[in-house]
Amino acid sequence: MPHVNSLYGPLDPAPDAGYVDPPPRMGFFTDTSVCIGCKACEVACKEWNDVPTSGLDLLGMSYDNTGALTANSWRHVAFVEQPRSAGWATPAFEHEPDGPPISPETAAVGARTGTDTGTDPGLPPGSPAAAARMSGGPEFLGMPGAQPPGRGTGVEQRTDFRWLMMSDVCKHCTHAACLDVCPTGSLFRTEFGTVVVQEDICNGCGYCISACPYGVIDQRKDDGRAWKCTLCYDRLGVGMTPACAKACPTESIQYGALDDLRERAAARVATLHEQGVPDARLYGHDPNDGVGGDGAFFLLLDEPEVYGLPPDPIVTTRDLPAMWKRAGLAALAMAAATALAFLGRQP
Amino acid sequence: MAEAHPVGFQWVMEAKRRGAKVFHVDPRFTRTSALADSYLPIRAGTDIALLGGVVRYILENELDFREYVVAYTNAATILSEDFRDTEDMHGLFSGFQEDNASYDQSSWRYEGESQNATPRDTETQRETAAGLEHESHGAPVNGQTERDETLQHPRCVYQVLKRHYARYTPEMVERVCGIPQEKFLELCEAWTANSGRDRTGMLVYSVGWTQHSVGVQYIRTGAIIQLLLGNVGRPGGGVMALRGHASIQGSTDIPTLFNLLPGYLPMPHHADHPTLDTWVDSIRHPGQKGFWGNARTYGVNLLKAYWGDAATAENDYCYGYMPRMTGDHGTYQQVLNMIDGKVKGYFLLGQNPAVGSAHGRAQRLGMANLDWLVVRDLFMIESATFWQNGPEIETGEIVPEECRTEVFFLPAASHVEKEGSFTQTQRLLQWREKAVEPPGDARSELWFFYHLGRIIRERLSTSTQPRDRALLDLNWNYPTHGPNAEPSAEAVLYEINGYEVAGGRPLSSFTEMKDDGSTAGGCWIYTGVYEDGVNQAARRKPGAEQSLVAPEWGWAWPANRRILYNRASADPDGRPWSERKKYVWWDPEKAEWTGYDVPDFEKTKPPTYRPPPNSSGVAGIAGDDPFILQGDGKGWLYAPTGVLDGPMPTHYEPVESPVRNPLYRQQANPTRKVYTHPINTLNPSPPEEHSQVFPYVFTVSRLTEHHTAGGMSRMVRPLAELQPEMFVEVSPELAVERGLTHLDWAHLVTARAAIEAKVLVTDRLTPLRVDGRIIHQLWLPYHFGFEGLVTGESANDLFGISLDPNVLIQESKVGTCDVRPGRRPRGQDLLNLLVDYRRRSGDLGPHYPPQVTTDVADSGRDREV
Amino acid sequence: MGVRRWVESWPLYRQLTGTDPLGRGAAAKSAGSLSLTARTETADSMARSVCPYCAVGCGQRVFVKDGQVTQIEGDPDSPISRGRLCPKGAASKSLVTSPLRQTTVRYRRPYSTQWEDLDLDTAMNMIADRVLAARDETWEDVDAQGRPLNRTLGISSLGGATLDNEENYLIKKLFTAMGALQIENQARI
Repeated sequence: MPHVNSLYGPLDPAPDAGYVDPPPRMGFFTDTSVCIGCKACEVACKEWNDVPTSGLDLLGMSYDNTGALTANSWRHVAFVEQPRSAGWATPAFEHEPDGPPISPETAAVGARTGTDTGTDPGLPPGSPAAAARMSGGPEFLGMPGAQPPGRGTGVEQRTDFRWLMMSDVCKHCTHAACLDVCPTGSLFRTEFGTVVVQEDICNGCGYCISACPYGVIDQRKDDGRAWKCTLCYDRLGVGMTPACAKACPTESIQYGALDDLRERAAARVATLHEQGVPDARLYGHDPNDGVGGDGAFFLLLDEPEVYGLPPDPIVTTRDLPAMWKRAGLAALAMAAATALAFLGRQP
Repeated sequence: MAEAHPVGFQWVMEAKRRGAKVFHVDPRFTRTSALADSYLPIRAGTDIALLGGVVRYILENELDFREYVVAYTNAATILSEDFRDTEDMHGLFSGFQEDNASYDQSSWRYEGESQNATPRDTETQRETAAGLEHESHGAPVNGQTERDETLQHPRCVYQVLKRHYARYTPEMVERVCGIPQEKFLELCEAWTANSGRDRTGMLVYSVGWTQHSVGVQYIRTGAIIQLLLGNVGRPGGGVMALRGHASIQGSTDIPTLFNLLPGYLPMPHHADHPTLDTWVDSIRHPGQKGFWGNARTYGVNLLKAYWGDAATAENDYCYGYMPRMTGDHGTYQQVLNMIDGKVKGYFLLGQNPAVGSAHGRAQRLGMANLDWLVVRDLFMIESATFWQNGPEIETGEIVPEECRTEVFFLPAASHVEKEGSFTQTQRLLQWREKAVEPPGDARSELWFFYHLGRIIRERLSTSTQPRDRALLDLNWNYPTHGPNAEPSAEAVLYEINGYEVAGGRPLSSFTEMKDDGSTAGGCWIYTGVYEDGVNQAARRKPGAEQSLVAPEWGWAWPANRRILYNRASADPDGRPWSERKKYVWWDPEKAEWTGYDVPDFEKTKPPTYRPPPNSSGVAGIAGDDPFILQGDGKGWLYAPTGVLDGPMPTHYEPVESPVRNPLYRQQANPTRKVYTHPINTLNPSPPEEHSQVFPYVFTVSRLTEHHTAGGMSRMVRPLAELQPEMFVEVSPELAVERGLTHLDWAHLVTARAAIEAKVLVTDRLTPLRVDGRIIHQLWLPYHFGFEGLVTGESANDLFGISLDPNVLIQESKVGTCDVRPGRRPRGQDLLNLLVDYRRRSGDLGPHYPPQVTTDVADSGRDREV
Repeated sequence: MGVRRWVESWPLYRQLTGTDPLGRGAAAKSAGSLSLTARTETADSMARSVCPYCAVGCGQRVFVKDGQVTQIEGDPDSPISRGRLCPKGAASKSLVTSPLRQTTVRYRRPYSTQWEDLDLDTAMNMIADRVLAARDETWEDVDAQGRPLNRTLGISSLGGATLDNEENYLIKKLFTAMGALQIENQARI
């Protein structure tokens, strides 16, 4: 029988998905405090997985010309320029003859003139998110209420500066709404606890796309199917490290058993707090969060919104159990009847 | 380093994890700055002022590693009474000759030397980039030196250095570089704290640092600091150059350079080197101490490798076959000669000067005036299509129907389609195995040159002309294999390594080389790479199974040594300076040098060894002289000879600068190489008038996502999409001043060119306060050109041609410009714009700033003296 | 395929009878997923190589199947790079397999407005002709004072820092024997 937390709450997903004695749940810990924004992860992913081009547009969002996670970008490095202290470093522009940081207006102009990123649902032109990222100003992702404290207004002169970089990826949620809504069984849970689209099954219905609380999974225009990070399922099967983590020069992307990664991450946060970076925090590590914890979680140096991440994601299929009680039996009966009908036609 | 060498940066991150403090100095805030503990924005072209300030801080506070400095450097050496410093001469040293703008170095010599043993005059040295020869050994000095180990003698190097840098105060650093004093002092404190027996500090630069009219002196200033702090020859120390091409080190060791032969032997000069003996003597300097005393052996082995059986003692090993230099035959002189119609044919071998070299327009116009051009590359690069798609088509300066250059494009094999060795940035040779056959007509350079040589030799086989003997006698027999008759790269490596002529046994060390023709070897510093007939560069014992030094991964020249001058990692008595920094030491029991690395010292020469009087060569090096390729065995804080623009680095402004030199009346490097060609107009700089027409400083460098001139990245889709367009970075302040809008167009103008780019307004750039003024800097990537998946105008088009005098490298990391919103004009309007700028800057004709400006008494600091 | 095996391979059957009643994991594995393996495992050969971009010298492993490069990734044995690569190194497979690579000789006649094809052997012979002609036209035996020069300044060459040591050795050797002095590379750019 399904686990009581099969659709919500803490869970080890692989045994729940029918794997007897599975390997430990594997995942990514992305430590943004050591990311150098080189984008080796983006390229290594594309090379291994033969991911097509995501367009040739200058976005003007600092050094980010990828824009977002899409069907054609399974890793995406976000760049955030902020007139704030890094915590551990000497103020970058102290005593320099400079004025206030870039105005939101300047950035907004840039964002408006930016062109489409090429694949849907890439960052739309004129996104307030682009403006906010460049400005560090009061306008955050079109969600003014989400503005982190101590930011925005009142900066007369920029004395400090930090450049945040984060390699984003599919979160491989414990409760993966994309998987739960997939009507074809294309999306499935692997023995490693990861969530993978099976391209030989996907029929391009697109239900998964609206279900994802992070906006990760995406349809490819030319073939209509859904695509996203597989956590290199093919590599994991033979004991290899996913392509992005293997390439990462500074171990910002760490791959391993999720339990080990969570321990490592907690220690890293403690170290950063000691080093004077009180804003360091984990994101997606908590099995009690709205998606039961992520298989790919992050160490961030600011609020999640700053990186374009939802602050409190909740699995969109949270209410399925109640629905299941009503509809489950009927569905099973129907399925069995269908199976018999197929059997009857077997030559 | 994170920006251009991300994988190398993992070791900086390791060091950071262990508590290292990272400082980053750069005109713009980069991905490296983002991870640094302190970022110092600097005005491009002022690094000597910054580093000179650090030298002063060390000396004024006596924070040098005194034991090391006294024993291992020339700090105690006393100079001749004739020497005059820049302090006394408005920024010039004694010996300056106005007629040829070079120094007579005789007054720079050590006390007691009759004269410097420099056979070539300094102008010839500049023309032939003689400084490059010192990559493997120091410049010559004679005999024993007079020393004052108390460092009190007013003419000892320590005191001379102290006086020279006395004016490089924190206030002056701030005034010249735009670096706030607090930041500067933070750097000084951290750098000097990582010095001494227990600690070291490392200086890392990328080779944009060399691309200045004072490029060599930049590196020397860094080396002086590292010597003063005892950070040379020790683990965790050093001056580390991060080179930007896979085998740029190798292509200097085994040079494709006009002035060098393999192993840093000089190309013969028509006047200085008429015979084998004069050539050899000019290298080894009879009577000089150090390993370079065996120059005859290295020279004879090279000639023997080139001409085999034909090279005999009777014919001076075919020395007479060698072509002779008469002056500057460098790449920029060649390009100007192409424009003037003096060059017939040009080979481009994986290089794209239409984008990658300074003054792109000169490059393209030069190539448009050849008889023929051979381009060997993976892709159809700009240097192959300039006649069809170059920007000069639009202006009418190149008309395809009138351009006579015959172009051959020959596809090249990629790195996985051939075998061979690269020498990476730490002198480590690594062999690549061949994975697949090259596609279609693609071939390796090994194939191309072997078969070109074979065809040419066949053509000449019946020739009786004396000039053809060098080709016909050439030892050109390499075994070939496979369907394409690919020559054996290992056979070439074997020849490079060297072998006994009788029997063919590969040599294991250059000490086995003989000068009697019984051995042959193509590059003496590489001898040992084929020891025991084994390709040592192909060794791949996993790093995890070895010590940190990893001596069984690849092979480093010389003799598989990973840290040069590592004798300095032990104290004068041969004991490690500390347990923590233990590396190479003297084992008294076994009476030999030992340690984690191959000792860079004669294995059994004890620390107590003192050379007998008048000894020369290796025997002249004492047991506590670690710098065995220097004439006096010492690390040089002061260069009595060999550096053409002065014995001590001095801040000169870039050739194009908006600022009058605040330190001296002398504005720019007086000995720089100048090309007075009509195409090479330079922007005016103070004390000349009209410099305000080009009020901004611009600099160029790399993005992580691209490579050099873009030939290996703009053509590669997953890279092209990451940085898809040419852009210019400006500060918000400059954007306001010039009306520039984020993601809109702007164009930059110099006396040479106007190029357009998208604007990125970013807080990562800051204006600087320099000498009481606000100076704005712009930054551009130099990767873009007009071919490929992503295109853009080339930043290098903006530069003129001014060269460092020591090695003839161009100043292509700093210049002045104007910037205006919008796209640039097209066609004739573009030419008119440039004419207008030149008119407003005071010169319609070709313009070259004056070499010497010491008679103009308007330079701030100088007035006070 | 027998009926029993056919049924057992059917996801819904597995879902109903197996350990995965919600059909989200083991039971949902497609034929493709069941037979999936990393292509590095099925490669015919693997060559140990070095990244062709900057001079850090990161180790690369080049995997080949049916004569084609199928993957290039970092060599974990390298004490320099420990298996890691930057975006450029990571793009090496796209570099060497790029559809934009020129694989045939191209030739532009003087005053022509277009490229044409040329046979490689013909090109080699034409280049040899031109080298010898340029050398003859611009040969200098001696200087004004009769000292030997043995050279031509009519031929130039640029490039070498992206090439192998062995290649640079042959380039310098041949040009020197030819009397061609004007050999330069990226070290001075």
